Amino acid sequence: MGASIGSLTRPATAEKTGATTEPWAIRWLLILVGLAFLSLFLFVPLALVFASAFEKGIAPYWASITEPDTLSAIRLTLITAGITVPLNIFFGLTAAWAITKFEFRGKNLLITLIDLPFSVSPVISGMIFVLLFGAQGLMGNWLMDHDIKIIFTPIAIVLATLFVTFPFVARELIPLMQAQGKEEEEAAMTMGAGGFRTFCKITLPNIKWGLLYGVILCNARAMGEFGAVSVVSGHIAGLTNTMPLQIEILYNEYSKNQSVPAFAVASLLAFLAILTLIAKGLVEWRARSTGQTA
Amino acid sequence: MSSLGRRHRVLPGFGITLGFTIFYLSIIVLIPLSTLFIKTATLTWNEFYHTISSARVVAAFKLSFAASVIAASVNTVFGLLIAWILVRYRFPFRRLIDGLVDLPFALPTAVAGIALTALYSPNGWFGKFFEAHGVKVAYTPLGVVVALTFIGLPFVVRTVQPILAELPPENEEASACLGAGRLKTFWNVILPELKPALWTGFALAFARALGEYGSVVFISGNIQYKTEIMPLLIMGKLDQFEYASATAIAVVMLLVSFLVLLFINLINWRTHRRMATR
Repeated sequence: MGASIGSLTRPATAEKTGATTEPWAIRWLLILVGLAFLSLFLFVPLALVFASAFEKGIAPYWASITEPDTLSAIRLTLITAGITVPLNIFFGLTAAWAITKFEFRGKNLLITLIDLPFSVSPVISGMIFVLLFGAQGLMGNWLMDHDIKIIFTPIAIVLATLFVTFPFVARELIPLMQAQGKEEEEAAMTMGAGGFRTFCKITLPNIKWGLLYGVILCNARAMGEFGAVSVVSGHIAGLTNTMPLQIEILYNEYSKNQSVPAFAVASLLAFLAILTLIAKGLVEWRARSTGQTA
Repeated sequence: MSSLGRRHRVLPGFGITLGFTIFYLSIIVLIPLSTLFIKTATLTWNEFYHTISSARVVAAFKLSFAASVIAASVNTVFGLLIAWILVRYRFPFRRLIDGLVDLPFALPTAVAGIALTALYSPNGWFGKFFEAHGVKVAYTPLGVVVALTFIGLPFVVRTVQPILAELPPENEEASACLGAGRLKTFWNVILPELKPALWTGFALAFARALGEYGSVVFISGNIQYKTEIMPLLIMGKLDQFEYASATAIAVVMLLVSFLVLLFINLINWRTHRRMATR
């Protein structure tokens, strides 16, 4: 699933005139209904996050996000993204190279398997690591004997995040590199360039916008993942809480009378989401103007 | 033979890149996922059936299924409308709004969850209005539908948008020349072309809704038999260390998502075949 999550192909819009468009009144009615729906479900909730965060002014906002447990949640979220995003970039590049530059059996199966994490519910994505490493899990006894803890530690958070963000970079690069073929690389090789040099000088410049696009989406998911991380975290304040988990705790603690702390942390992630959308828009525009669309 | 092999392998790194791909895929995805089936295999058929047919599980499944179908249907209708106005009409801030349609993909689900809950709870901006008219949204099944509609919205818009933009204007011109009104043209000429995209968008939104957790937990209130969705039930079982029951429920959910995936592939396959025979 998620065919539309990572796609650089965007429609070119063309205005219709005369007998193939609607009367002025119908047009504006449709526009207003569409915008009303979007406001109800998207714009107002987004605005509410910032309004609630700054409800009591700047000072309580600042106090909320500099609270020690919140700071450690921010740190863990940054560390998690800092580990998972580079690993997925490396994987995405290797997988795309193997799949698009060579012919082998089972290629379609491999592509399907890479997409698999997108069709697994976040809660199940976390649960499988509990089944593997938990006290009653498959490796539970072995881990206990060797005094290794994975579940309820940051390691489990990184693993669960790796699982849910697994396809982002690869699924962006595979169609792009497939469309570009391998003639340019082969030419460079026959002219005597080494494999690594060919990759850096030919392949990388050709795919840089597609790669960046995948990285932006991957990072947004890595920092924002909630369900999968929630299962494996154990919610130990100051130790295994990421920002989304910290939001849940703050929201449940104060929900009735004080909503500033939860929304203050939420506003940071909402700001990240807006940055993500802007970066995504810019990359789409750059990719279109350089012809790097899959 | 050897020259043919060389021709195919001008580029280096086949063994090492494919090897790493399969290794990493196995460690991160395949081995962890396989535990689900290993754990299920330890259940007898009776235990499995007993778990998934208990009243609480059935209630949760019904809610998850019904709320996801309703949310995906709402998204199909409004997704088509939004794709339509974005492609066909010009209005202020169109590009900005087009970009913001992807917000549910970019906004962490926990943030969406608390925002929607605050908005639709009895003393929230929208909740107050609904409350005055005797409708409760937050902490009812309706709240679940609201959250699922939020997260599924971009799927239909983004699957319909490219198809709509590339429809040849000739068909509509011909239809108009033959005397059909706009509504008739839409119904008989445009809609049939969009059908595969609409079904795909519906299926994607439905699959996403079925597994969704973060945006729903806050607004649903998690009342047993009433607003408890499947992923939440799994979470509850895990908290009580009932791994076997959690696994049984998870397997049922996975099966449904794979059926949906199969359905999407079937649509794509049929559309491609139809295009090819033209």
